[in-house]
Amino acid sequence: MSQKPEWTQALFSQALDTRKDSPPGQVYYDLHIHSCLSPCGDNDMTVNNILNMCLLKGLDLIALTDHNSCKNCPALLSAASEAPITVLPGMELTTSEEVHVVCLFPALPQAMAFDQYVHDHLPKIQNVPHIFGEQWILDSEDEPVGQEELLLLNASTISISHLPALMGEFEGICWPAHIDRSSYSLLSNLGGIPPECGFRGLEVACPETFFAEGRHEELKRDYTILTNSDAHDLGKLSEREHWLPLSSPDFRGLAELLG
Amino acid sequence: MTVTEMAEKLGWEVLVEGEGACREIQTVYCCDLLSFVMGRAPADSAWVTVMGNANAMAVALLADVACVVLAEGAALDAEAAVKAKQHQIAVVSSQGLAVYPSAKAVAEVCGL
Repeated sequence: MSQKPEWTQALFSQALDTRKDSPPGQVYYDLHIHSCLSPCGDNDMTVNNILNMCLLKGLDLIALTDHNSCKNCPALLSAASEAPITVLPGMELTTSEEVHVVCLFPALPQAMAFDQYVHDHLPKIQNVPHIFGEQWILDSEDEPVGQEELLLLNASTISISHLPALMGEFEGICWPAHIDRSSYSLLSNLGGIPPECGFRGLEVACPETFFAEGRHEELKRDYTILTNSDAHDLGKLSEREHWLPLSSPDFRGLAELLG
Repeated sequence: MTVTEMAEKLGWEVLVEGEGACREIQTVYCCDLLSFVMGRAPADSAWVTVMGNANAMAVALLADVACVVLAEGAALDAEAAVKAKQHQIAVVSSQGLAVYPSAKAVAEVCGL
């Protein structure tokens, strides 16, 4: 391990200390996080700020999921290479039905190949930063290396029914994001869960409300329910609160449950 | 007819006024898929939709519509209200009317 500044070592030790009493297989996660590449993402959402905040929170497994892009994943994975946390490359895809779906990949080559595929399936509409927000691509030191020029908020031309085949091709896993929201969600836009998509997980933003008074019990029974932060600013990142029973705190463990 | 006059005549609530409320309505446009609206909504139209989120307000600004008409009782969320105020986008609620009657009412009252 290369020499790290003292505060980094302290942060790493604290992160390890936070989780030492948790039972094995109980993996605390936040698998839906936006960086400053997302036009609606705060400019403080740099890769190192995200990484360090997640270490402070004591999370075991996180994923970077910008809108329709994986272009800040190389920087975050590089920044986190020695950190005691697993970082997965991912994307929050907007399907042609304007449904948000979180897609995760085992490693950068698959993620960046998918990034290119999605980029090729976005409308050729340029971002207007003063209306939609800036779309910063960073290096592992948080230095801007450019801006994505296509507007990432747009719907891709990829239909949700095409996702099983695509995940097979790019070796990824996916689940519909925040199904309990009134926009960009599977339930609001399509009215139900298309069985042909074969989803095994569902993301519920506010399970306390969604499952209150025994509602949606069948979804709880049939699917793995995830609650992620969908953070667009540092204050929203998940606490060490939600966990999944995984055989290993990595993509393989997650794929066993959701793939 | 301006957005303010239209809302007054129809008895609809103006959720966000700003300078946008003085704009003249030239036509009516209905769609909820923002990526469609972005490239297709005519400038100076009354855009009838159920999308009351911040991205919808950004799209309204980009498409330069005269106002947003929220149909079916759709709510304007807090973040969207801030964005609409900031960019002077008029937002009107059609008081629970469905999309078609909302659009028809605007067209009729504006003599379109």
